[in-house]
Amino acid sequence: MSEWLENHLPKVVLAPSFIAVLIFVYGFIGWTAWVSLTRSKLLPKYEIHGFIQYERLFDSPRWDTAINNLYIFGALFIVIAMVLGLLLAILLDQKIRVEGVIRTIYLYPMALSMIVTGTAWKWILNPGLGIESMVQGWGFPNFEFDWLVNPDYAIYTIVIAAIWQSSGFVMALFLAGLRSVDGEIIKAAQVDGIPTWRIYTAIIIPSMAPIFLSAFIVLAHLAIKSFDLVIALTGGGPGYATDLPATYMYAMAFSRGDIGQAASSAMIMMLVVFAIVVPYLYSELRAKND
Amino acid sequence: MTDLSMPQTQTRTQSATGKIALRWLLYVLLGLFALYYLMPLFVMLTTSLKSLEEIRTGSLISLPREVSFDAWKTAWSGACTGIQCEGLRPYFWNSVLIAVPAVFLSTLIGALNGYVVAQWRFKGANIIFSLMLFGCFIPFQVVLLPMARLLGMMGIAGTIPGLIFVHVIYGLGFTTLFFRNYYVTIPSELTKAARVDGAGFLRIFWSIFMPLSLPIIVVTVIWQFTQIWNDFLFGVSFSQAGTQPVTVALNNIVNSTTGVKEYNVDMAAAIIAGLPTLLVYVVAGKYFIRGLTAGSVKG
Repeated sequence: MSEWLENHLPKVVLAPSFIAVLIFVYGFIGWTAWVSLTRSKLLPKYEIHGFIQYERLFDSPRWDTAINNLYIFGALFIVIAMVLGLLLAILLDQKIRVEGVIRTIYLYPMALSMIVTGTAWKWILNPGLGIESMVQGWGFPNFEFDWLVNPDYAIYTIVIAAIWQSSGFVMALFLAGLRSVDGEIIKAAQVDGIPTWRIYTAIIIPSMAPIFLSAFIVLAHLAIKSFDLVIALTGGGPGYATDLPATYMYAMAFSRGDIGQAASSAMIMMLVVFAIVVPYLYSELRAKND
Repeated sequence: MTDLSMPQTQTRTQSATGKIALRWLLYVLLGLFALYYLMPLFVMLTTSLKSLEEIRTGSLISLPREVSFDAWKTAWSGACTGIQCEGLRPYFWNSVLIAVPAVFLSTLIGALNGYVVAQWRFKGANIIFSLMLFGCFIPFQVVLLPMARLLGMMGIAGTIPGLIFVHVIYGLGFTTLFFRNYYVTIPSELTKAARVDGAGFLRIFWSIFMPLSLPIIVVTVIWQFTQIWNDFLFGVSFSQAGTQPVTVALNNIVNSTTGVKEYNVDMAAAIIAGLPTLLVYVVAGKYFIRGLTAGSVKG
């Protein structure tokens, strides 16, 4: 008996986690997928009724807003955070004296909860007392900056706060990438008299393609899952102007009592994440096994 | 290393003044960006030290004329989260009670899992690892509904043990990944030699791998602590009045609609809620960044 245990101990140790993942990840996804095909409302029902929840979802103006917001927020957030992160990384890569301190300052927002970030920016963007009133006090009484309470612009305040939180992290990714570029090639280019900006655009940046991909995956993943920041900053409002899929799902699940809608919206979120992450993970795992 | 600041060929052609001007511009730019990142923290801190009167009449970025810690006191022990007015204190301790066991358990299990996957490869171990890895990336919305029902059936809905359970389960993918990637770099000859000498599975783990593991334990503990302390989705979905973590309480304080809006209390509360992870970051930033990059760039 004890010999059997000794021989099988590795499997015995891994088994509980494996079973947990099977149930709590894959089983639960299956449950949600199943319920998204039913007429579940306040309580789950298990009788399949086809794609009615998805039809309801795509007919819903609120979901439409959430998806549009995801496009706007996702595109701006990813592009600006990458550009800013790359710029900061290049600036920091010039043999800066106090690099460690500056890096620490650029990256600390990543340690904060999105709720803390949202609370801070909600105060800064407060139309009556924040930036707007500050600039008015500087002698520009007509200055207006009411994005936080303006349904057409509120989504951009989420972009602003999210970039503040995550761009330092993108910088760290790019900085690591810059440092891993082969120094010999760069030296050779310098000896040939190629200007610095050309060395960056023609040699260094193209060689960092995998880092761009990683940064993109991480940011896209963050964007799709964005929930806390919206709740803390705008609460999804004004009205539901800043709803994202994650807040839509939460509202359906826990305040509207519409489990069918919650399940179908969660499934859409998962499909989007998988469409982005699975090809990436697959290629990573394959590259490693080769 | 890339050294583009003073390329040798350019030192000859470029004038010295031009170079110095460029350096200055560089430092000015870096300084401006540092201000941008520090500004919200500065505004939070100064606002938390001002009186409401001063907030109403003063400017966002002005220093407090009179420093007052009243807002901090209220935030810690008197601010209202809905109907209760006990401040952040009870919720801060809830977060500690959730985070400490959840971090410990998920790190321990992750270490054992990583050890198995990296050093005791058996048929199917890689598939199991891949399945666990995919679990790291699911949007948690897709498990919220069934988890809420399961916690109810287990009788731990809305309790702190319930939240610990959830955090351990969904932290396992990452902790396993961290330890696996670390243990893969340890030569398997070490395990083989120890087995020849008669050491068993647990003995090898405890006497050989554990003593080597300090750096990855630090990375994993910091990663898990930050994740769990900053969590909001699980906290708001699976808690009830009295068991909420600090992030949920902070959000309730800020968005409670009763009475006068006390911005200084909001800011003090936000800093209190953010302080533990900020402290960890300042003390062990190197490990924090390593976790972040390991969690995003696989391998």
